[in-house]
Amino acid sequence: MQESPTLNYIKEIAGDDKDYVAKLLTIIKTEFPLEKEQFIVFYKQQDFRQCAEMVHKLKHKINILGLEKSYEVARDFENQLKNNNDSLYPPFYQILMHIENYLDSL
Amino acid sequence: MKSIIIDDEATARSIIEHLGSQNNDVEIIEAFPSAIEAIKYLNQEEIELIFLDIHMPAFTGFDFIQTLKDPPKIIITTSDKNFALDAFEYDCIIDYLVKPITQERFDKAIKKAKNKTLNTTTVETSSSNDLYVNIDRRLVKINIPDIYFIQAKGDYIKIVTEDKNLIVHATLKKIEDKLPDSLFLKVHRSYVINTKKIIDIEDNSVLIKQDIVPVSRSNRSELMRRLNLL
Repeated sequence: MQESPTLNYIKEIAGDDKDYVAKLLTIIKTEFPLEKEQFIVFYKQQDFRQCAEMVHKLKHKINILGLEKSYEVARDFENQLKNNNDSLYPPFYQILMHIENYLDSL
Repeated sequence: MKSIIIDDEATARSIIEHLGSQNNDVEIIEAFPSAIEAIKYLNQEEIELIFLDIHMPAFTGFDFIQTLKDPPKIIITTSDKNFALDAFEYDCIIDYLVKPITQERFDKAIKKAKNKTLNTTTVETSSSNDLYVNIDRRLVKINIPDIYFIQAKGDYIKIVTEDKNLIVHATLKKIEDKLPDSLFLKVHRSYVINTKKIIDIEDNSVLIKQDIVPVSRSNRSELMRRLNLL
């Protein structure tokens, strides 16, 4: 079963500051689709070095949303890409879609 | 502590800014998405602490540190634990925060930064003719035109002047940066000389005071260019 994203980390650092939760979510909701899009562009170009850069950035958001197992997939995928191996693309893409759906639902 | 953030990710910049806003010992003045933009800012402003992302495209955090003449305190922020060992190569790096950063860990890093004094005062200039060097915690004044030459000796330099020789914990590069180009020239990887103090020049050496200072082949032409040859 796929793990579910959480806002635990964001709420933890925000404390009682609900405005900050909203502000940070707005930033993530703006930045995540751009990074995902950029990742797909580089992947289509088979530019694995740039893909790895984007996975690195996306990895942080995966972590912020508490997706520990997905984070491990992202970390392994980043390392694979650096060695011109893309075999973890399907599960990584699934993770991105999962996050996108979650952010859309907020 | 006046601080800036350098991170190519807007999410990360926002989180560090927020964590900083919860800590009374740090004041975040600016946040930059690239090291290049930060360099321009640092040329005009003095700050005490940088939160620096290591993993940035084109110009990494480590590249950035190497461009700084007198780096302020730096706290590395990264999603990668792999760079931790490299980070300890730099004296200016106070701590290494792995993202996502908690408030507790952030506060601990700030406390470390507050308590750490960087050893950057070994060689200081005050007015155009004075150079203060740190010897056994005393700042000793040297009149710059009185310096004959400086010799690198491992982690130390020997400053030879008209009336004294001083051994100082500093690099040749550091003192070279403090001396006027019009008077001083690096003639060898281990020697910077005061060109006005040269007595005579032989093939690959100069005589200064009673000392023979070697001149490397690559620096010889610049030395000859500086002299008023008949």
